Amino acid sequence: MRWRRIRAIALKEAIQIRRDTRSLIIALFMPFMQMILLGYGVSLDIKHLPTCVYDREGSQNSQALLKHFQSSEYFRIVSVLKDYREAKAALDADRCRIVVAIPQDFSQKLSDSGGSSVQVLADASDDNTANIAIGYAHSVVDQFQSDLARGALGFGGSPSLLTQGVDLEERVWFNEDLDSRDYIIPGVVALIMALVGALLTSLTISREWERGTMELLISTPVLPSEVMLGKLIPYFAIGMLDAVFCLVFAVYWFHVPYRGTLFALFLTTALFLVVVLGVGFLISAGIKSQVGASQIAVLVTLLPTSLLSGYAFPIDQMPPLVQGVTYVVFARYYVTILKALFLKGSGLADLMQPVLAMVAYAAVVAFLAGRAFKKRLD
Amino acid sequence: MSAVLPEKTDKAGERTEPVLVAEGLVKRFGNFTAVDHVSFRVDKGTIIGFLGPNGAGKSTIIRMLCGLLTPTEGRAFVSGTDVAKDPETVRQHIGYMSQKFSLYGDLTVMENLRFFGGIYRVPRKVLPERIRFAVTMAGLDGRENALVSTLAGGWKQRLALGCAILHRPPVLFLDEPTSGVDPESRRRFWDLIHALSGEGVTIVVSTHYMDEAEYCDLLALINRGQLLALESPTALKKRNLGGTLLSIECADIGKALHLLEGQPGLLDLAAFGNAVHALIDPARTTPEQLFALLSGAHVPVDHIVPIEPSIDDIFVRMVGEARESQEGEPGRRAG
Repeated sequence: MRWRRIRAIALKEAIQIRRDTRSLIIALFMPFMQMILLGYGVSLDIKHLPTCVYDREGSQNSQALLKHFQSSEYFRIVSVLKDYREAKAALDADRCRIVVAIPQDFSQKLSDSGGSSVQVLADASDDNTANIAIGYAHSVVDQFQSDLARGALGFGGSPSLLTQGVDLEERVWFNEDLDSRDYIIPGVVALIMALVGALLTSLTISREWERGTMELLISTPVLPSEVMLGKLIPYFAIGMLDAVFCLVFAVYWFHVPYRGTLFALFLTTALFLVVVLGVGFLISAGIKSQVGASQIAVLVTLLPTSLLSGYAFPIDQMPPLVQGVTYVVFARYYVTILKALFLKGSGLADLMQPVLAMVAYAAVVAFLAGRAFKKRLD
Repeated sequence: MSAVLPEKTDKAGERTEPVLVAEGLVKRFGNFTAVDHVSFRVDKGTIIGFLGPNGAGKSTIIRMLCGLLTPTEGRAFVSGTDVAKDPETVRQHIGYMSQKFSLYGDLTVMENLRFFGGIYRVPRKVLPERIRFAVTMAGLDGRENALVSTLAGGWKQRLALGCAILHRPPVLFLDEPTSGVDPESRRRFWDLIHALSGEGVTIVVSTHYMDEAEYCDLLALINRGQLLALESPTALKKRNLGGTLLSIECADIGKALHLLEGQPGLLDLAAFGNAVHALIDPARTTPEQLFALLSGAHVPVDHIVPIEPSIDDIFVRMVGEARESQEGEPGRRAG
């Protein structure tokens, strides 16, 4: 291998990337878009949920409770209903996701026993949203109860209400939103890097075939391994830049705490990039059209990484057979490492197993990639 | 089929080893035989032209000589190196320019030259000077920073040649280098080829422009993967066609071809622009008889004169002979 030739190819490739809009968009814009989309997409935060109310009592108390709902940022009252039939129709027609029904004896029971109940009908076709909405409803009712107890509503309540009221456990809903984001965003970084890295390199060989430059290139004394190294160097630089961007974005924009060392982060990220770029190069060497190569690249990175890397869906909850399959998904190891680095602050020593798995993966992919590209037309 | 060449001597009068040797080259793609037992030897400084219609196998032979394609049978040597055994050594010593334009369009003139300079590991000391030479040769002075995709065909082609000779290869393969280029650029390009040949570079060039054949030292006529002849243009033109060649200029070429076909004494027939070239056996027919035949069928004839055969005519005749010997029937073809 000759450094001179590797350098010539790396330089040429860098110039081509700079002049190719498609590559630039993938390299610079896609990570940003994906960070925003996936970062916010995993948010469990629900606001201004369309809500219908059915007040069967129509008392001062019931109206005060509904005012609590109205002033909450989580609910938006879209209509006032007159009977249950309307409630069903409103849910069926998707006019609202939740119905708050106040019974006829709401105030009666409140003053008699100090405890009353409110019915909440939620559209559980999206069970996640329904669960969260019910949680929010709980908290609104709790707030109402404690206001009532403190006399904040301007009319008397029995002292016994003081002992009931705020149920702190229900507030966990709010924290969970934050928890899930901390849990998922490190995985999002892996997902983006796998996609961007493989997509960029998947185009690199097929572009030469499509533009007819390959025939000239393989008529020169350049070695396949020199072509591979030369072509991957600029993409490695871009990949590292994207990784830094995503990680900074995760920590400073989404406020995901980072507890590991920077050295471990860079080392494992570089390792992951080698695997990803090598896979992209392998695809590129096998498929001679740019469109075909990029589609295969998306297929082998996006799908397995999003479903089987454990970035959002825990691997230990998958059926045993699928769990076995995840060992082939290279992103799995990096996701494991990133989560450990971010959330647990693990050191490299704790991460020996996934790190070694990635080293092995990188070695196999690099070996294959160096051979995949043949300097022959037949 | 093989052809034996007279031994050639270099300027000092010594016998030289052939730079290029093909021994029974065969290339099959599935059931299709693209190249059928082709053998030849080419000496240093020779321009050998591969002539033949599209799909005759010219490119396939060149690609096998460069090591881009593996021969199904036979062997090829470049400067004494077996191409199949040591393709990388061969690639160090050749320049290749292909039919499809293949520099990087999204790189500038300079960037392309620097890239190939790096790939061929041209010594850094001489690289600037050689790049300068290539730019001037291509006529691109002052346009060094233009993107190659914005250049017109003739410039692109000369720049591609400049890139192919940056490392001063002793052997140059040019696969239809002039296709799609204007006549003036083609002429300029051939001037460059001759200059290189004068410096001792052996050049293999393929073309389907018959007029370019005159520029070569040696012509390889190729049809359906077979080497029909390997001679100098002069020797080729002196070939006895076995009859008299007539040029018949008339109004309705199509009708004339139809009428003449199968006439007694007619050996071969082909359309050339606005004329029909007919090869006749003077013992069995005469120009007068043909004139009468055409006039009688209401095809007005402007001229009917004997002509010296061009390389085109020779080629058409040889293709016809090859087919006759294969299929056992005479026929006509358009040239």
